[in-house]
Amino acid sequence: MESWLEHPLFAPVVTTLVIVALFPLVAGYIVLVERKLLADFQVRLGPMRVGPHGLLQPIADALKLLLKEDVIPEKADKGIFWVAPVISTFTALTAFAVIPFSNYIFVTDVNVGLLVISAMSAVGILGIILGGWASNSHYPLLGALRSAAQLVSYEVALALALLSGVMMAGTLSMVNIVRAQQERQIWFLFENYGLMIVPFMVYLISAVAETNRAPFDLPEAESELVAGFHTEYSGFRWALYFLAEYANMFVVAAVAVTLFWGGWLRPFPNVAWLEWPLNYAFPALLFGVSGVGCVPLARRLKSTVQRRLLLAVAGLLLLVAAAFLTPAVNQAVIGLFWFLLKVAVILYWMIWFRGTFPRFRYDQLMNIGWKYMIPIAMGAILVNAVVGMWKGS
Amino acid sequence: MLDTFFFYAFALLTLGGGILTVTRRNAVHSAMWLIVSLAGAAGLYLLQGAEFLFAVQIVLYVGGIMVLFLFVIMLVNLDEAAKMRQFNKQWWVALACVSGVGALVAYFLRQGAGAFRLARPPQGAPILEGNTERIADVLFSEYLLPFEIASVLLLVAIVGSVLMAKRKV
Repeated sequence: MESWLEHPLFAPVVTTLVIVALFPLVAGYIVLVERKLLADFQVRLGPMRVGPHGLLQPIADALKLLLKEDVIPEKADKGIFWVAPVISTFTALTAFAVIPFSNYIFVTDVNVGLLVISAMSAVGILGIILGGWASNSHYPLLGALRSAAQLVSYEVALALALLSGVMMAGTLSMVNIVRAQQERQIWFLFENYGLMIVPFMVYLISAVAETNRAPFDLPEAESELVAGFHTEYSGFRWALYFLAEYANMFVVAAVAVTLFWGGWLRPFPNVAWLEWPLNYAFPALLFGVSGVGCVPLARRLKSTVQRRLLLAVAGLLLLVAAAFLTPAVNQAVIGLFWFLLKVAVILYWMIWFRGTFPRFRYDQLMNIGWKYMIPIAMGAILVNAVVGMWKGS
Repeated sequence: MLDTFFFYAFALLTLGGGILTVTRRNAVHSAMWLIVSLAGAAGLYLLQGAEFLFAVQIVLYVGGIMVLFLFVIMLVNLDEAAKMRQFNKQWWVALACVSGVGALVAYFLRQGAGAFRLARPPQGAPILEGNTERIADVLFSEYLLPFEIASVLLLVAIVGSVLMAKRKV
């Protein structure tokens, strides 16, 4: 009975199953948050009908996508049309295998973890290009060509920006990168007298371009290309592309958090007296205040079903707050809490960019990539190498 | 047991992908099978414990070179290419080479493992705790000159391609 619990494959398999089963739901709720935030930026309400304040919208959307007719264009290359979204989703979810969610919640820790992630994002490009080509239609092909050029260009800047962080850590293993930050008692973002902010900014900008998001969403520019590479896709296949896009967003945010923001570590991980206020009071307050805040919102709802639903959500949030005050539970999940909170901040930024920046023109995009991002990233490597060695000696 | 299974699976991917690459008429399908073949080779590296080579193989070949291949293929008129003769006139030279190599491999297989003079790790070599670090050490100490020559070669290629792409320098 106890033996299978201690099998070396047990924890990785469980983590994998949880990620694969839960991420589509999480992606759905990221979409809801995005729609709500964009609505807020534009002084609208956003989805309000399905569930209290649109809380059940992702589930309705998922059902709709699953039940839609699955259309394959007559002249499409059927095999490749079928396999392209699978490549995108497969590579995006495979990257999750090396992300350390906390100091013991991860699928695996390989000593080339960061390279595995960049390898997966490189292979993910194939899904976009093949999907665009296999549709046998003009707009998808143009979108695919654009995205291939864009992704290949920004991958260089992305890798060079990561290199500065890897140089600090001296390892490519994701878990050991975080441990290195714990040993040095500083997030790599603030290392080298704040000089590491430069590669972080380069990484953030390139990551937005790498995930095809506004203001770099040229491959799917609606005004010119209908929907870019996935114009001909519908229903579940389209949902797979969408899932891959949000998985990629999560992965680039997770890499930024791991490499520059100290991964699962709380702020000031080595200051002992901050343990209680940051690890216990802060999450309890965060969930508790959100839970209490739901109550007046629920009162204003007219439908009794919706009111009860929102009150149930409030109760759930208060329960989570109480759980964070229990030492045993807190020990188990506090790393996960900090990691996800930091990832959420970066995801919020990405949505914020989408809400506030106009789309770049194609030549501007290439200029930013090749003439600014790559030289700046290379300069940052040189400067950080020299400063780091001088500091170390 | 599991290793053997994975070895045969990856070997099948590599060889099957290779055969399908040369026999498909559609150039995009050929490229797809070439990707499968390269990914199979990457899997074989991983089985040998060479994680760095595995990652680099995927990043460079599957993610970089094949993307550019597909980029070019998509701009070519595929219908015309499909009508052309698939194998060129020198196929018998290739056949001779293949049967020569096949005979050589068959001979050594019959001789058994003793016929090979395989490289062995030197006695007392440090335990490989991470081959990424080892590759870096060797590259920047023992093989520094070839490494620098290769990088100069790449620089020449980059400058050359910029020169060709620009109308006026």
